[in-house]
Amino acid sequence: MEFGLSDDQKLLENSFRRFTESKLPLERIREFANTKTGYNADIWNGLVELAATGVLIPEQYGGAGFKMLDAVVILESLGRTVTPVPFTGSAIMAPVALLTGGTEAQKEEWLPQIAAGETKFGVGVTEIISTRDSQGVSLSGDTLNGNTMFVIDGGPADVYLIAAGPDNMAIVPRNAPGVTVTPLITIDYTRMHCEVKLEGVKADLLGGKGKASEAIQKTIRAGRLALAADTLGAAEVMIYKAVEYAKERKQFERAIASYQAVKHMCAEMITELDPFRSLIWYAGHAYDESPEEAPVNVLLAKSGIDEAGKFIKRTATEVHGGMGFTDLMGLHYWYKRVSVNRALLGTPEMLRNEAAVAQGWLAA
Amino acid sequence: MDLSYGPEYEDFRAELRAFIEKNQHKAPPPGMGMKHPEALEQDWQKLLIEKGYTCRTIPKKYGGYGAEPDILKTVIIQDEFTRANVNSGLSGQGIGMLVPTLLENGNEEQREKYIRPTIYGEIHWCQGYSEPGAGSDLASLRTSARVEDGHFIINGQKIWTSGAHFADMCFILVRTEPDKPKHEGISYIMMDMKTPGIEVRPLVTMTGAAEFNETFLTDVKVPVENVVGKRGEGWKVANTTLKHERGMLGDPGQMLSRIESILKILQNEMLDGRRLIEHAMYRDRLVAAQAKTEALKFHSLRLLSHTLKNEEPGVSRLIVKYYGTTLARELSDIALEALGEIGQLYAGSPHVRSHGSWQWRNMFDLGLIIGGGTSQIQKNIISERGLGMPREPKLAETK
Repeated sequence: MEFGLSDDQKLLENSFRRFTESKLPLERIREFANTKTGYNADIWNGLVELAATGVLIPEQYGGAGFKMLDAVVILESLGRTVTPVPFTGSAIMAPVALLTGGTEAQKEEWLPQIAAGETKFGVGVTEIISTRDSQGVSLSGDTLNGNTMFVIDGGPADVYLIAAGPDNMAIVPRNAPGVTVTPLITIDYTRMHCEVKLEGVKADLLGGKGKASEAIQKTIRAGRLALAADTLGAAEVMIYKAVEYAKERKQFERAIASYQAVKHMCAEMITELDPFRSLIWYAGHAYDESPEEAPVNVLLAKSGIDEAGKFIKRTATEVHGGMGFTDLMGLHYWYKRVSVNRALLGTPEMLRNEAAVAQGWLAA
Repeated sequence: MDLSYGPEYEDFRAELRAFIEKNQHKAPPPGMGMKHPEALEQDWQKLLIEKGYTCRTIPKKYGGYGAEPDILKTVIIQDEFTRANVNSGLSGQGIGMLVPTLLENGNEEQREKYIRPTIYGEIHWCQGYSEPGAGSDLASLRTSARVEDGHFIINGQKIWTSGAHFADMCFILVRTEPDKPKHEGISYIMMDMKTPGIEVRPLVTMTGAAEFNETFLTDVKVPVENVVGKRGEGWKVANTTLKHERGMLGDPGQMLSRIESILKILQNEMLDGRRLIEHAMYRDRLVAAQAKTEALKFHSLRLLSHTLKNEEPGVSRLIVKYYGTTLARELSDIALEALGEIGQLYAGSPHVRSHGSWQWRNMFDLGLIIGGGTSQIQKNIISERGLGMPREPKLAETK
C-alpha cells in the first residue's frame, strides 16, 4: 500500500519544478504574457527536450510512454509558474484523442510530430459540453460546417481536433481551405484559446465516420484532469506567496502574518486545497488503472479544485492587500489562470450535475 | 501509487468479514453509548478483544490482544465495521484516552489496576479537563489540589464532563503548584467518582439532551498515588491524551455512509411532486459535499501512507480536524435543509423524519466543531505549525 508519488514521479516533479522556476521568473512571465500568443518557443523546446510533449505518447510513436499520473505531476508544475505553452491541448488532449480513436495511419502521422513538438494541436469540444454563442460543427457527407469556441490552446496551434457532434471528430489543419481562426482573448494572457469557423471544410475523421464518441469523452476527461492539475499548482503557489508576503509585510509594528485575521485566511486556503491534491492524484491514477472509477473522480476533482481555487485566488489577493491588486506584484497572472481553468470544459455546476447523472442518482 | 494491501492483509480482511457476518447478531447496536456498558456490550467487547479486533495493541498482560502496531490492520478493522454498520466495540474516553496515557506515562501498579477493567467495560471513565474559565486556554485551569495526609484535597469546577453521571472514575487535571508558571503547576490525577464531595449536574445542551455535565468538587480526597506521571507534569501527560483524542476525529468511512443516507433522503422525499434529487439546487449541494468527502477519503490514504513510511506529513495532517468537522456539519445541513420545514420537526412531532435525528446530528456536529480544539484554535495550529507563521504576540507586549 502506497498512496502518493513514486520515487520516479518525485524526480519528475523535481526536474519540472527546477525547469519552470529557472525559466520563468516573474519578469519573463510578464514578457511572455504580453505577447498574447499563448506560446513561447524557448519554453516549448525545453519541454520537448524533457520529453514532456510526448508524455502520454507510446514509445513506438516517439513519445515517453508515461501514464496519466505522470502527466498530472508535470501539469501541476506548469501551473505553478503559469507556463505560457499550449500543453493541455497539444500534449494531453490531442494524444488522448488520437490514441483512443485514431486509425493506425492517423496515429503514425500525427503522434510523432506532437511528441517532437513540431506540430501543436488545439482541441475543440466546447459544444459537446455546452453551447452559448457558438452552435458547434456539423458533418454533412464528408464536409464540415459551423463554428466552435474556446478551442483549447487553439491560438498557437497548427492543427485542430474538432468534435462534430458527439460521435465525430475531425482533424483539421489550420491552413486548410475554409478554415478561419480567431483568437479569443481571455483575462489569462498566458494561454490563447480561439474560435474556429469551418465553411465547407473536407473532413479527415478520427477513426472514420461515427467512430469518435469514446475518443471525445476521453479527451474531455483528460482535458478536465489537466486543468484541475494546473489549478492545483497555480492555487498552491498563490497560498505560499500570500504566506511569504504576510511574513514580510509589517503594519502596526508587526508582521501581518502574526495577526489571526490574516493567519486564519491562510489556514483556510491550505485546508481547502490540500485534500484535493489527494483526489487529483487518485483521479490521475484511476484514469489508467481503474478506468471505471475515473469518470466520476475526474468530475469531482475538477469541480472541487475549481471551487477551492476560486476561494484561494480571492483570499490570497486579499492577504496581499493593495499590492495584490497591482500589476507590480504579478499575482494576477495566477488569479487569471485559475479563473479561466474554472470556466473551461464545464463549470463546476455543470460537472456536478454530470456527476449526479453518471452515478445514476436521478434514475427512478 | 499502489492501493492494494497485499495478500496478508486481504486474508485478514476476509477473516474479519466472515467474523462480522457470523457474529453480528451478538453485537449491540452501533453508536456511542450514553450509558454504562452492560452485559451485552461487555460480552461483545470480550469477543472482539479475543479476536484482536479491538484493543489490538494493548499488551496481553493488561488484558489486550497484544499485537504489534499495524496501521493497515487498524484501518481495515475500522473500514469493515463501518461498512457493515456493526458495533466495533467500546469507545469513549477511558479506552481512547486514559489507557494510551497510562501505557505511556503510568506506573506498573496503575496499569495493572486500571487497564484491564477499563477495556472490558467494567470501569467507565469521564474526563475532567475544561473549566468554565479554561476552554481553549486549558492550561489556565484553576481547580486546585493541596496535599494533606497522603491525599490530594481537590476543590473547583469542571465542565463538559460527558458521562460523569454514570462514570466510575475520572481523569482530571488540577493545579497542584499554584506558584509555578501555568503549564508547570498541573497534575494529572485519577479520581473515584464515588468519593464524597463530587456533585454532578447535567448540562443540557442545545439538542435538548444532557450529553455533558458540570462537575463540582468540594474537598474531594484522592490518594496521592493516583497521580499519573510526576506531580506538576500533568500538562505533558495530558498532551499525550489530547493527541489520542485528535486521532479519534475525522472518519471518512462514516462520512461516505452519511452521503449514502442523504442520497436516500433526496431520492425518496418529494417536493412539489418531484423527488428532491430532481431539483438541481439540492443535487448540486450533495455532489459538492461528495467531492470534499472523496477528497478526504484519499487524503486519509495519503496520510496513512506517510505513517507507514514514518514520514511527518506536516500541514496535511493538521488540517484534518478542521476540514472533517466542517464537512460533517455541511452534510447534516444538506439533509435538513433539503427537507425544508419538515427538516425543522423534532422530538415526537407528527411528520418528523427519523425521530429528528438529523437535527440532533446537525447540532451535535456544531459541538464537534467547537470541542476538541475549536476551528479557530485549529487555524492557529495550521498556520503556525503548518505554514510557519508567527504566533500572535501577547497582549502585554504590544502595550
